[in-house]
Amino acid sequence: MDIHILYYLIISTIMLFCGIYGFFTRKNLLALLISVELMLNATNINFAVFNRYLFPDALEGHFFTLFGIAIAAAETAVAIAIIINVYRNLKQILTDDITDLRG
Amino acid sequence: MDYTILILGLPVLSFLILGIFGMFMKHRTAGIIGTASLAAVTFLSYLTAYNYFTTPRTADGTYATLVPYNFEWLPFTQSLHIDMGILLDPISVMMLIVISTVSLMVHIYSFGYMKGETGFQRYYAFLSLFSFSMLGLVVATNIFQMYVFWELVGVSSYLLIGFYYTKAEAIAASKKAFIVTRFADLGFLIGILIYGYYMGTFTFTPGEERMMQYSMMIPWALGLMFVGGAGKSAMFPLHIWLPDAMEGPTPVSALIHAATMVVAGVYLVARMFPLFSAYAPDVLHWVAYIGAFTAFYAASVACVQSDIKRVLAFSTISQIGFMMVALGVCTGMNPHEGGLGYMASMFHLFTHAMFKALLFLGAGCIIHAVHSNEMSTMGGLRKYMPITHWTFLIACLAISGIPPFSGFFSKDEILAACFKFSPVIGTIMTIIAAMTAFYMFRLYYCIFWGKENKELHEKHVPHESPITMTFPLMFLAFLTCVAGFIPFGHFVSSNGESYSIEINMSVAITSIVVALVSIALATWMYAREKQSFAEMLAKRFNKLHTAAYHRFYIDEVWLFITKKIIFRCISTPLAWFDRHIIDGFMNLLAWSSNESGESIRTIQNGKIQTYTFCFLAGAIILTVMLLLL
Repeated sequence: MDIHILYYLIISTIMLFCGIYGFFTRKNLLALLISVELMLNATNINFAVFNRYLFPDALEGHFFTLFGIAIAAAETAVAIAIIINVYRNLKQILTDDITDLRG
Repeated sequence: MDYTILILGLPVLSFLILGIFGMFMKHRTAGIIGTASLAAVTFLSYLTAYNYFTTPRTADGTYATLVPYNFEWLPFTQSLHIDMGILLDPISVMMLIVISTVSLMVHIYSFGYMKGETGFQRYYAFLSLFSFSMLGLVVATNIFQMYVFWELVGVSSYLLIGFYYTKAEAIAASKKAFIVTRFADLGFLIGILIYGYYMGTFTFTPGEERMMQYSMMIPWALGLMFVGGAGKSAMFPLHIWLPDAMEGPTPVSALIHAATMVVAGVYLVARMFPLFSAYAPDVLHWVAYIGAFTAFYAASVACVQSDIKRVLAFSTISQIGFMMVALGVCTGMNPHEGGLGYMASMFHLFTHAMFKALLFLGAGCIIHAVHSNEMSTMGGLRKYMPITHWTFLIACLAISGIPPFSGFFSKDEILAACFKFSPVIGTIMTIIAAMTAFYMFRLYYCIFWGKENKELHEKHVPHESPITMTFPLMFLAFLTCVAGFIPFGHFVSSNGESYSIEINMSVAITSIVVALVSIALATWMYAREKQSFAEMLAKRFNKLHTAAYHRFYIDEVWLFITKKIIFRCISTPLAWFDRHIIDGFMNLLAWSSNESGESIRTIQNGKIQTYTFCFLAGAIILTVMLLLL
């Protein structure tokens, strides 16, 4: 008994737009990072779902999902490092307040 | 005649050397450089004159016009181009001699007069610049070169009048001189442009058929050129700058404002004389009327001035008036029938340069001795300064027209020419000559005789000047004694042919008698300790005396015209228009672009979130459009 593809896509769309909404509205760098992760994972879900339902014989979608997870991990590591350093130097991680480089 | 280029080259070289390196030189070195270059120029000028006048005349009895140098500077069309070159003809060679002689004497004199002044080197640099410009003016091959050098003499005159640039009067005088002459030069320039447009050339000898074709326009061109000449030569009503120009150092007054630059206008009219006499005789006669009025006006003002340099300045204006009249009364090219005035004018220019320079240099010695220009500080100076006294007396006799001094001969020719033209003008000019004798001897007696200002002289005893100052006096006095015997008509005459001067006995005797009477009157009035008659006259005609002392308020009239009429009625509205309409439009442009920039710049705020929002909004809009269309 299969779950219809539409349900997966609804979930991933909701996740994507949650991410976008969060990216636009949040001022905290960590919240921004979480939003970016949400968007990435929404696409990952899409890759897996389309591969599973539309091309059951192929594996490329699954591979892309794996790559996406790996890249997301690396990106998160880098971003967290940057955020921690920003916090150490500027004592804050709110985007509106970090204006030292503005001309 | 290849060496003539050096006549222009040496002064400009010494100007550059003194102007650039003068600050590092001792006063003496700078003076020697300037004087040596001028001495070389004088030698070359005399050599040029000798070579020029010893060359045999051409077949028609005139001296050939030589053009040793002429290169095209600015071409406009085939025939219309501005050239720079050297032109030698009798009057330009004569002017070379006048300028170089007086200039050399002034250079030598300035050694003594300017001794110890700050800016001594600058002074000599400017003198060189002036000599260069004036020499360039007289040897100009075309009217435009003349105009270029004309402006250069104006600049050097401005620089030299304002030599004492810490003195407010000197600065005001230099600006006044420059602006008034520059204003007159506007007429000159328009005249040149009309001339160039219709004649198709800037040379002094346009083609015959062009002249016939546009003979209507020639009087306009010449009349406007005369306006420029009137400005430089201080003709009424543009004379106002010359008395004030006496704020400059006295040798400068002698060189520029008595002997050379101020006769440039006369020279200009003489240069254009063939055109004047052939195509614009009416304009030429107007020159005579203006000259006569100026001569009379200046002579009457000179009678009451108390500053000795002012008296000499007005006497200069009056004498230039004489030269203009002499040119203006010409009715033809033949010196025997109506062309005599041309020769007389040039002769008077020549002799006047010598004796007027002598008078100014003498006045410089006096000012040097008593440290003041006012007559009241002088009187009885003859025993303190014998050389100055005698040379000054010679110059006074010359300007009064007493034989055998040079002024007699030239003035006699002028009066003869005037009487030939019309007895009225002749009589007027004789009266002015009498006034000349009167005010010159008034000056002479007030300086050297009369009541001595004992108080002042005991405090500071007047003394004779050093040899550097008395030598030029003696040399010029010598020239004044002998210049009258030069057969001037042999060298310069209206049609170029040799003309032997004949003394017109009736005119000569009248003018001598009139001059002697005036001198006697001046002696009676001013040679004594008490000048009761002069004071009585001044009191009796109080209004006239005050008006004449204030130069008949011509300066005030000019001030009224410029300040009340030009500034208030024309300049102020124009300034308002410029400030509010022209500037307002430009300000509006700047303001609107500034405002639009201000409003757009908030989009570029550096916040990634805003950028991505815009990006997403754009993407959504595009998607919706794709779906709908």
